Amino acid sequence: MKNSTSISNLTRGIVRDNPVFVMMLGMCPTLGVTTSLENAFGMGIATAFTLLLSNSFISLVKNFIPSMVRIPCYIVLIASIVTVIDMMMAAYYPALHAKLGIYIPLIVVNCIILGRAEAFASKNNIVQSFLDAMGMGIGFTAALCLLGSVREILGAGSLLGHNFIGEEGYPLLLFIMPPGAFLALAGLIMAFNRLRGVNR
Amino acid sequence: MSITMIFVSAVLVNNIVLSQFLGICPFLGVSKKISTAFGMGLAVMFVMTISSVATYLIYYRLLVPHQLEFMNTVVFILVIAALVQMVEIVIKKVSPLLYQALGIFLPLITTNCAVLGVAILAVQKEFSLSHSVCFGLANAIGFTLAIVLMAGLRERINQNQDALPRGMRGAPIVLITAALLSMAFMGFSGIGN
Repeated sequence: MKNSTSISNLTRGIVRDNPVFVMMLGMCPTLGVTTSLENAFGMGIATAFTLLLSNSFISLVKNFIPSMVRIPCYIVLIASIVTVIDMMMAAYYPALHAKLGIYIPLIVVNCIILGRAEAFASKNNIVQSFLDAMGMGIGFTAALCLLGSVREILGAGSLLGHNFIGEEGYPLLLFIMPPGAFLALAGLIMAFNRLRGVNR
Repeated sequence: MSITMIFVSAVLVNNIVLSQFLGICPFLGVSKKISTAFGMGLAVMFVMTISSVATYLIYYRLLVPHQLEFMNTVVFILVIAALVQMVEIVIKKVSPLLYQALGIFLPLITTNCAVLGVAILAVQKEFSLSHSVCFGLANAIGFTLAIVLMAGLRERINQNQDALPRGMRGAPIVLITAALLSMAFMGFSGIGN
């Protein structure tokens, strides 16, 4: 029993409750930074890392926080973690940090993180919260990578910088521009709904 | 940069929702009806303008002199959360009518990434106080414009929901509508370059 809940806590975020395709949370970075697979992966990892740390910390300190002021406390905690990650990325991956720009500090207001803190970490122990964060983080990163690949392949005719349509190819530039983000996500959600068997 | 330029750029060319992708959650979540969308827009306008003054003063009067610039994310989000609470209390006391219109939207604004995003962007672009205020107001107007237009389109779509293919109902058609709207706004790009 114990084992199966752990596994379901871990896997739930990946497909069944995927934060992007099913719950539609964290839309701003999802649409904003997925112009290429590399950016999408960087953003996904940064968010997943924040989620892991914040879920673990919050489930550790949940008994010391009075429930009336819990949301401000969570936000301060999350903002501190994000500041640390922001500085670490600026130090170790300056190029990626420059590309992701404003979206790194905005991880603070990513609804996934506060949502998991409130809905899961504040009620469960650290191991389960860690697993939940891991699943959600993987689900978010996978969704971003998928969207990033689709947009990079269609919009730039390349993947991870490897061009495969040659010099004469015409990529559909629209897909790395803002409207393409909405279009690609709409297409992916349609495909995902079809796979999950809803709307039929 | 002149104030007019900041205004045109923030409202039309670099619209905060449709080309910067900030504030997407309320843009998709609160755009079912024009009246609620407009209420949300007004509330954002209120908070964003006040918060650009507050964050400017705190950043340059408090954080910079003490070399605490790296704390800006933590401080800004707290300032915005506190500000939203204060605005709510003041409006409730001063104008119950306005409170009735904006009341339910105010708590939602704390997690609206557009407000924090505009505060951080204004600091990154090293705007002066008057430019920051103008930037905040212009972005809020851009947000209102986008969300009201979107609500208008969605009202029409919802009346004809049955005409849509099954797989398109719900989220996908909303995103496609947003894509078309965003494409329309791309027509403004180039102004000011």
